[in-house]
Amino acid sequence: MNKTSVTKSTYQIPIGPIHPALKEPVFFEFELDGEKIVDVDVKLGHVHRAIEWASRKRNPVQILYLAERICGICSYCHPIAFSLAVESAADIQVPERAEYLRVIHGELERICSHILWAGVAAHEIGFDTVLYLTWQIREKALDLTEYLTGNRVTKGITMIGGVRRDITQDMIPKIQESLKYFKDNFEKLRGIFLDDKTFKMRSQNCGILTKENALKLCAVGPTTRASGVKKDVRVDTSYFAYGDLDINYITPDILTGKVNGDVYDRIIVRLLEVKQSIDLIEQCLDKMPAGPIVAEPKIAKLLAQLKKTNGEGVGRHEAPRGEVIHYVKLDGVNEAPYTWKVRAPTYNNILPWIPMLKGNQIADIPIVAASTDPCMSCTNRIAIIKDGNRFELNKEELHRLSVEKTRRLML
Amino acid sequence: MTEEKIFTAEEIVNSFKDEFKIKIIDIKIKKRSAGVKKNETSYIWMKIDKGAFKDIIKHLCALQFPHLAIISGNDLGNSIELIYHFTLNFGHPRSETILNISVDLPKSNPEIESICDLIPGALITEREKQEFLGVKIIGIPDDRRLFLPEDFPEGIYPWRRDETGPDKLYRNLHEVKK
Repeated sequence: MNKTSVTKSTYQIPIGPIHPALKEPVFFEFELDGEKIVDVDVKLGHVHRAIEWASRKRNPVQILYLAERICGICSYCHPIAFSLAVESAADIQVPERAEYLRVIHGELERICSHILWAGVAAHEIGFDTVLYLTWQIREKALDLTEYLTGNRVTKGITMIGGVRRDITQDMIPKIQESLKYFKDNFEKLRGIFLDDKTFKMRSQNCGILTKENALKLCAVGPTTRASGVKKDVRVDTSYFAYGDLDINYITPDILTGKVNGDVYDRIIVRLLEVKQSIDLIEQCLDKMPAGPIVAEPKIAKLLAQLKKTNGEGVGRHEAPRGEVIHYVKLDGVNEAPYTWKVRAPTYNNILPWIPMLKGNQIADIPIVAASTDPCMSCTNRIAIIKDGNRFELNKEELHRLSVEKTRRLML
Repeated sequence: MTEEKIFTAEEIVNSFKDEFKIKIIDIKIKKRSAGVKKNETSYIWMKIDKGAFKDIIKHLCALQFPHLAIISGNDLGNSIELIYHFTLNFGHPRSETILNISVDLPKSNPEIESICDLIPGALITEREKQEFLGVKIIGIPDDRRLFLPEDFPEGIYPWRRDETGPDKLYRNLHEVKK
């Protein structure tokens, strides 16, 4: 293009708000120069359901079930963060056994979520056989979830002051059998994701987030750890039984000796965390003390206590995608909390998208956007407006571009 | 980044008390323990005067660059309370401290300075507070709406509990003018 020309050399493409590859809608507007991304703007709110407002007519136990429905994948971390906030406000001490059970359910959710993500990432670059393989493994994790909680997705396991179901001695063989299955398949997945040429080509040096940007933009979870920031609520603070367990920060330099902050590093962090989760569940089964599983089994008594409570608290938990934080204020008059603020991890991982996407190509959008494991979604239809002509690119077209790039690199 | 010093909750509290004295209206430390080993986690709840807000955040950033988890807000009737939830000391096992800084804004003039120049990651949550609580963030780099749709009526703030709240939107849906 002639650089002295006065016409604008860049053009915009809107992406979103609907895209089935990611889970919920989000809208991107990209400023492009040819294939290269120059700038990004993100618009949110397409699935804002006023959940915090809806809580004003519910008591804390009812809110547990509302919180569970914030997200289908994080259906454990939202009610548990809410419980932690209420327990902190009302000064409820959770029984020790319940603390261990809470770790087991939290880690099982992490296994489900990370393996689901691995499948989505493989699909985004056109490696669909891996999608089927990972989701087959995830199916086993869901079966175990159902065995332990009675449900596959909305688990209904959380209670303020504990959990609702115990793990008895006769359930342990089945858990161990499932853990063995995960371990056997973990090695297979590790080989595919970390050594395969296709994955390396598409993920190395792509979507880089520097450590400085990760800190400044308040990124959380595997996204920030892949950039070398040691930040994990499970290690940083002592909540549930994590303080008793052997656990450490997972950053990509454990495996490769250096931190690049690219998509490949985010794959490393998530994969190693699956292994860490299996290990944590085993430690819990070993060390779990006997005792009650809930502080106050009578719900009416618990609600009466909470109604009288005047105080505020925050609850933080390391969800699969990062730190989730809930703020709860109880006013001592009404049964419903005065204020309930939910902050999901993706909320903090929106701004880091901008430095990650800048300088990459259109075909990299799906894998880079997916690499933070956003709990919201991206593209169904793209409209490219160039020189006043409007071209519509649908989701299949964008996916095709991504697959073509993989093929091109393999030649 | 160099290895940073770990500050205990008491050290953080004293640092703020020494520097700002009466500008700190109330400050308390709450500790919660968990698990069999009963390791403790500290929560600092600090209520500050609005006038010293920006200087307090600057002091905090100089002490140690914090992680801003979220800003939450309450409509307290005559005033709007904003609570800035920070965390410090992350990266060191079991020594993270949660610092909650609360500031009251009178409803007649609900204005507060932006902290995006110090912590760029605050942008999303500041934009959310503007549209949901009707506070004015002075110096925000981007003051567009974030979550609310473009055709949502002006002057309605979903988290307010007064006449600017969302009540009339669901009580008399037919009367709502976009």
